Amino acid sequence: MLIFYVAEIGGQPHKRRKTSDANETEDHLESLICKVGEKSACSLESNLEGLAGVLEADLPNYKSKILRLLCTVARLLPEKLTIYTTLVGLLNARNYNFGGEFVEAMIRQLKESLKANNYNEAVYLVRFLSDLVNCHVIAAPSMVAMFENFVSVTQEEDVPQVRRDWYVYAFLSSLPWVGKELYEKKDAEMDRIFANTESYLKRRQKTHVPMLQVWTADKPHPQEEYLDCLWAQIQKLKKDRWQERHILRPYLAFDSILCEALQHNLPPFTPPPHTEDSVYPMPRVIFRMFDYTDDPEGPVMPGSHSVERFVIEENLHCIIKSHWKERKTCAAQLVSYPGKNKIPLNYHIVEVIFAELFQLPAPPHIDVMYTTLLIELCKLQPGSLPQVLAQATEMLYMRLDTMNTTCVDRFINWFSHHLSNFQFRWSWEDWSDCLSQDPESPKPKFVREVLEKCMRLSYHQRILDIVPPTFSALCPANPTCIYKYGDESSNSLPGHSVALCLAVAFKSKATNDEIFSILKDVPNPNQDDDDDEGFSFNPLKIEVFVQTLLHLAAKSFSHSFSALAKFHEVFKTLAESDEGKLHVLRVMFEVWRNHPQMIAVLVDKMIRTQIVDCAAVANWIFSSELSRDFTRLFVWEILHSTIRKMNKHVLKIQKELEEAKEKLARQHKRRSDDDDRSSDRKDGVLEEQIERLQEKVESAQSEQKNLFLVIFQRFIMILTEHLVRCETDGTSVLTPWYKNCIERLQQIFLQLFADVILLCPSLAA
Amino acid sequence: MSKGLRILCKDPVLELSCCRDHQFSGSKFQQEKLLKESSTMSMRNLSFYTTKEKIHELFSRSDIKNIFMGLDKIKKTACGFCFVEYHNRADAENAMWFLNGTCLDEWIIRTDWDIGFREGQQYGRGKSGGQVRDEFREDFHSGRGGFGRQSQI
Repeated sequence: MLIFYVAEIGGQPHKRRKTSDANETEDHLESLICKVGEKSACSLESNLEGLAGVLEADLPNYKSKILRLLCTVARLLPEKLTIYTTLVGLLNARNYNFGGEFVEAMIRQLKESLKANNYNEAVYLVRFLSDLVNCHVIAAPSMVAMFENFVSVTQEEDVPQVRRDWYVYAFLSSLPWVGKELYEKKDAEMDRIFANTESYLKRRQKTHVPMLQVWTADKPHPQEEYLDCLWAQIQKLKKDRWQERHILRPYLAFDSILCEALQHNLPPFTPPPHTEDSVYPMPRVIFRMFDYTDDPEGPVMPGSHSVERFVIEENLHCIIKSHWKERKTCAAQLVSYPGKNKIPLNYHIVEVIFAELFQLPAPPHIDVMYTTLLIELCKLQPGSLPQVLAQATEMLYMRLDTMNTTCVDRFINWFSHHLSNFQFRWSWEDWSDCLSQDPESPKPKFVREVLEKCMRLSYHQRILDIVPPTFSALCPANPTCIYKYGDESSNSLPGHSVALCLAVAFKSKATNDEIFSILKDVPNPNQDDDDDEGFSFNPLKIEVFVQTLLHLAAKSFSHSFSALAKFHEVFKTLAESDEGKLHVLRVMFEVWRNHPQMIAVLVDKMIRTQIVDCAAVANWIFSSELSRDFTRLFVWEILHSTIRKMNKHVLKIQKELEEAKEKLARQHKRRSDDDDRSSDRKDGVLEEQIERLQEKVESAQSEQKNLFLVIFQRFIMILTEHLVRCETDGTSVLTPWYKNCIERLQQIFLQLFADVILLCPSLAA
Repeated sequence: MSKGLRILCKDPVLELSCCRDHQFSGSKFQQEKLLKESSTMSMRNLSFYTTKEKIHELFSRSDIKNIFMGLDKIKKTACGFCFVEYHNRADAENAMWFLNGTCLDEWIIRTDWDIGFREGQQYGRGKSGGQVRDEFREDFHSGRGGFGRQSQI
């Protein structure tokens, strides 16, 4: 912000008078502009008129600020599009020059957004410009010309399809607002643009669609590719002669004023060329779970190919995008959507929220936001929304068989967290059908995972209490530690005496060296003769050490973390080789197999303290010891968390390297300015640092590549095994396990593409 | 040209929260600055039985760096508050914005920014060893040790 603080003794802030006054006015203007359209005692029309008057009066002194503010709301508050275009229309009617300058500023902003890869915001700018045609600010023919240039991008060769897609999308998605006007003025040109669009849509590739669909089945609602759906909606709108009744159009009330205004022509707009740095939005699939049959008593839900559906969904998504950080505001804005009496708003809201939550590869915002937003909505509309949400949950449960595995994960996490806020109240008996199914099939698996997550947010007995007795088979195990040397029957186990010795040592606060000397005597079942040092891979040593230590530290996370920290040296030595790392993980899993949460935090700690590396975790997940649990949620949460840590690590070191390079560049510049020889020495230190960081980056990138190689190789092996086994047994390949496995592979690949390849093209090679 | 709007940029918790540490030794301005950059949050209104494991489960949507449980100064047992430290501000913001005011162990928890955990901060400052708010509470809460300490005398 522009307020400057001058530090006084004691650290009291002190504002400079002159700048502060100007800032107060700017804040006031921002406030007025942002607030218009909110609930008010006066009508929207009179508020707009009043605001137009205020802004017109302020133009002589604050023109550039007003221009900037209006461009910003065009970009950031798209759900109030028509309110602001009307405002601009009124200003243009009063001051033609201002209108012209605004249009120029918008075009500049559009170019900047495209250059900065802000394609989602650019769509809102294009839409704003097109609605300005309705407000008599922009002449229709010049808008048509811009759209002609947009659609001509479909003729470009050697560019990513997503680039062509975006320009078509920007054109089509503006038509609900301005289609009528453009067609009335320039129907021949529009027909030509349509024909080009249609032929492009027919020839474009859609191999991405199956990977992005939430359900693999087309019934009851097909999961359509987003451009296909929009095209069908616009076609229908065209057939209906562009009659569109849903969009709020305040400018209609000002028609007599606005039609007197002079219009501006858009300057010819050439889409900026594709560059290596251009990153376009990923394609989407439209999520639909409701139709008009789902709310028989209320207003009719607009059909899937109606333009009303598109506009409602767009606006609700925009509201979430604007207010996602403040769930109370977001919920309030959602439930006060204009025109809500004519549509089953609660159904639309729930559908839009789940659309985002289930979006592949990742939701637009962190998943916990959606959980708390839904809770807030339930509080705000306690008489209606909880019922819709329960209905939605039931529907999602019924369709679990064809739901993408990653989406099922999100459903599990959402539902368990939601229940924990409502005393775990649910009519579980309604889901008794799952009890008679094969436990590996989606419905009983879902219930098992939900109950496990619920237990993590409460305690074991609570879960037994909340479900009917018939569900006890699906209840999670009591999360206790399993110590193999614990009871009398373990006397005969190899290493038993050493385990007892270790236990005594640990309890009397032994040091790492003392532990090493106890372990020295453990025979190695793998070798005939040990080295004198005795530290080649010895699974028995690892077994007795890890079992005993983790058992003694079982009381809490803190105890276990302390144990890992205190005996870090022993861990590092025992786990020096790749086989050692794998065995540490195996033994840890044997001890804690009833407590998936503990397994996850221990793996995290071991990676962070470099006892194991990411590749070891990947190999462990695909090992035969884990095959029984391979489809369980906790395993994939561990793998995804491991991948995330790896990616974050690479990004962090890359950033350090960039910062060091920038520092050196700045130093060089200063040197050339000052002509000072003494900084030669400083240069040397910095250059050494850069060299070291460069090596670190290369090694981290290589580790990252290796991690993905391991993961993909193991997937291929495990899937091939399955295919071969099915062939020899003569059974169907498409088992629940296979669906689970393939979809897990898809998700890792999609996420790799979105997170890493788009951000770091060098890895793509 | 790419500046945002104040209504969309404000940190909802920083603005609304009035919880300020009375023992902070710097100026209000300094405290505000540290709070704006902090990646540690304090959490209150926990059940006395809420374990670190449960806090971890709820708050680990982003990777947690550390959890410090609030302890009764005398008994050294949990007394209903804690500190959660994340690796960076953005991770902490996610927890702060979305989990504040929701349930943990069926208690509605409150989160606030904290300037960063300091040794000694984990002890309750009430005269009897627990939190100040439990000293004078007159109602019964089985999850927070029964009646307020003063009422029990």
